[in-house]
Amino acid sequence: MTNELARWQFATTSIYHFLFVPVTIGLSFLVALLQTAWHRNDKPEYKRLTRFFGTLLLINVAVGVVTGLVQEFEFGMNWSAYSRFVGDVFGAPLAMEGLAAFFLESTFLGLWIFGWDRLPKRVHLACIWLVAFGSMLSALFILAANSWMQHPVGYALNSHGQPELNNVGALFTNATFLWGYVHVILASLVTGSLVMLAVSAWHLRKQREVEPFRHAAQLSVIVLLPAILLQMFVGNKLGEIETKYQPAKIAAAEAQWENCQPCSFSAFQVGGGKNDQTPSQIIEIPHLLSVLATGTWNGAVVGLNQLQKEDEKKYGPGNYIPDVFIQYWSMRVMAYLGTLIALLALWGGWLVHRGTLERSKWFLRVSIWAVVTPFLMNTAGWLLTENGRQPWIVQGLMKTINANSPSVTSTDIWISLIVFVLIYIALGAADLVLMLRYGRKELDREDDEGDQFGAAKPGATTIPALTY
Amino acid sequence: MLHLHTLWFVIIAIFWVGFFVLEGFDFGVGVLHTIVGRTDTERRVAINTIGPWWDGNEVWLIVAGAGMFAAFPAWYATMFSALYLALLLVLAALMARGVAFEYMGKSENPRWRRTWTWCTTIGSLLVPLLLGVGLGDLLNGLPIDSSHEFTGNFFDLLTPYGLWTGVTLLGLCLLHGATFLKLRTADELRERARAAARALGWPAIALVVGFVIWTRSVAGGPDVPDPVQVLAVIAVLFAARLARTDNDGWAFTASAVAVAATVGSIFINLYPNVMVSSTNAAYNLTVSNSASGPYALKVMTIVAVIFFPLVLIYQGWSFHVFRGRVRAPAPSDPPPPTTVPAAPSA
Repeated sequence: MTNELARWQFATTSIYHFLFVPVTIGLSFLVALLQTAWHRNDKPEYKRLTRFFGTLLLINVAVGVVTGLVQEFEFGMNWSAYSRFVGDVFGAPLAMEGLAAFFLESTFLGLWIFGWDRLPKRVHLACIWLVAFGSMLSALFILAANSWMQHPVGYALNSHGQPELNNVGALFTNATFLWGYVHVILASLVTGSLVMLAVSAWHLRKQREVEPFRHAAQLSVIVLLPAILLQMFVGNKLGEIETKYQPAKIAAAEAQWENCQPCSFSAFQVGGGKNDQTPSQIIEIPHLLSVLATGTWNGAVVGLNQLQKEDEKKYGPGNYIPDVFIQYWSMRVMAYLGTLIALLALWGGWLVHRGTLERSKWFLRVSIWAVVTPFLMNTAGWLLTENGRQPWIVQGLMKTINANSPSVTSTDIWISLIVFVLIYIALGAADLVLMLRYGRKELDREDDEGDQFGAAKPGATTIPALTY
Repeated sequence: MLHLHTLWFVIIAIFWVGFFVLEGFDFGVGVLHTIVGRTDTERRVAINTIGPWWDGNEVWLIVAGAGMFAAFPAWYATMFSALYLALLLVLAALMARGVAFEYMGKSENPRWRRTWTWCTTIGSLLVPLLLGVGLGDLLNGLPIDSSHEFTGNFFDLLTPYGLWTGVTLLGLCLLHGATFLKLRTADELRERARAAARALGWPAIALVVGFVIWTRSVAGGPDVPDPVQVLAVIAVLFAARLARTDNDGWAFTASAVAVAATVGSIFINLYPNVMVSSTNAAYNLTVSNSASGPYALKVMTIVAVIFFPLVLIYQGWSFHVFRGRVRAPAPSDPPPPTTVPAAPSA
């Protein structure tokens, strides 16, 4: 019970946290591009766009930062047995993240917000790039840590049977990490550009400030298109890597109970869970699973029943199969929505090429609603990867069931779960209200500069603003 | 020869000290901003004194925690699970005030403003208090068994010495915030900050003296306070005295030293333990029995040697960029942000 609750809490808080993280990473990169454009062409509309999307970025960062604090504390609070066991390896990337990335991101964000008229233009531009870089760097360290849970490397067991780090380079050359990291960065670019596209499309639909928002919409399509196309390749590659190191994760994602060769891909099915392994209805595409999982036309995929037998032999009795329903559907939500977004991006690319993007009513309408999809895809992706690791917390080394804090009672976790959920609902509501309000605002007038970010007007550098 | 785990104990102590010195004045400002600032504009001036920095200051806490995880996994695991409900409150408070700084000014609705103002005040008050209780408990001792698991409940955390430490750190953060506001504001706000510092001076002195005496009895050993504790008392005396004068910079320096010496003395008295067990001294967590292996410590040392100086440089530069006093707009300066109808983000 305590263990279950701790899992619910970690799932809730980390899924929630990751609603904001990709927006921060993606949008800070896009805002940096906008400011770079302003820096180069000196057109005021780019500065106005930078400030506009900068405000949306800050509204989002506020929640992203504080919910990240929870993650940092939660390992020790809820998962002390895990922390004690793996800290030697797992703690290092977390500490590196703080030292190398968090300081960078937070300090230069402060400089950027307040530095509009204090810093030379070039230095101020460098600040937003350092924020974007810092956010990507923090993802790097946390992904290295997470990938170690998926595929532990660079350690040896010491005399107490605990993993001890013996090769830090291995953490950062772990195949799961390399592909997983690129996957997350691309997902963030997709998320950020879809947010920017939706906001721009809304303004274009209203025929407001067409000129600047046309530029913003074009920029987001230009980032989105290569990101989503690359993402389909990278996601597929990550699937191959996981088939190698965590075969049960991928077999469960395909509800593949029996060995197969060649393997057809189940596009849609009813049933096929643990108790009814043969689905009652299924739409299949021949050979596709072989191609996706192994990269070859006739590749073999080992089914869950055999994997279960092998794991029992290796690790003793137990259930080594992750929840098939979650695996199967999170994979499909991610892949199908990804395909739709790729089509949207191609459509947008075509319109940008023709120069008619701002006049295409249907594209604008669809783009506004498409903003929901990256959040669904991101959540599905994490469900797939974390649920697919079960029953392990560290693949092959420690089971989730043994990882929670022995001294923490289920009452404690109930209390904290309720507190977090209430706070997160309040923060989410405040964030949404502000995002909708500021996303629909008009752009700043050029002569208004300074007020919004608490920076002072030139020549009167002591005036603070009510807001920043 | 210096053991790496001793070095890491020092590094983690430095991060805790740095956190309280830097974020300490943020907490003080957060609690005092409604006292020093009476109008919305004045309150915003008070908040803007820490605006560019508070987030970076908070990272000192994150690195202190993550450093414990990496260098002393058992310490991190036992401390964070033992202080469970206290840390839950700390997180709630940090979330409330962190978002408040950013969201407060984003709407003019009075209820919206009031809500975030309360979040700022209460959040800023709770964090130093609760973390102080936690740090005091490390030294005072908590029920910990032979497998380093906490065996008590929430009320076992509320030890008298822990509570006194918490109140002492809160008091010091308030004084520190007042000297900071006095340094960073002008005119009326500065005078109100001076008045606040004056009111906080004697209580802070009493708390620190009490803390030093009590620490002597809790930590055992000789009855003479160690030099760092002497420094804490002298610094808080100076801070209280200088806060009345116009030496804003020195008053702030003195309060910073007082905070640093007080937090530092906890760690000095703790060493070589990292958590004392009140059940049995044999169950204490120490720098050697809770540390990571030598390879991990070596890697982390290299990382710290590369990145920590960089952090100091750019964070120091950020402090340099935004030095100088923050003033409310004079009525003649157009346009005063409060009354601009089209203020873009109001």
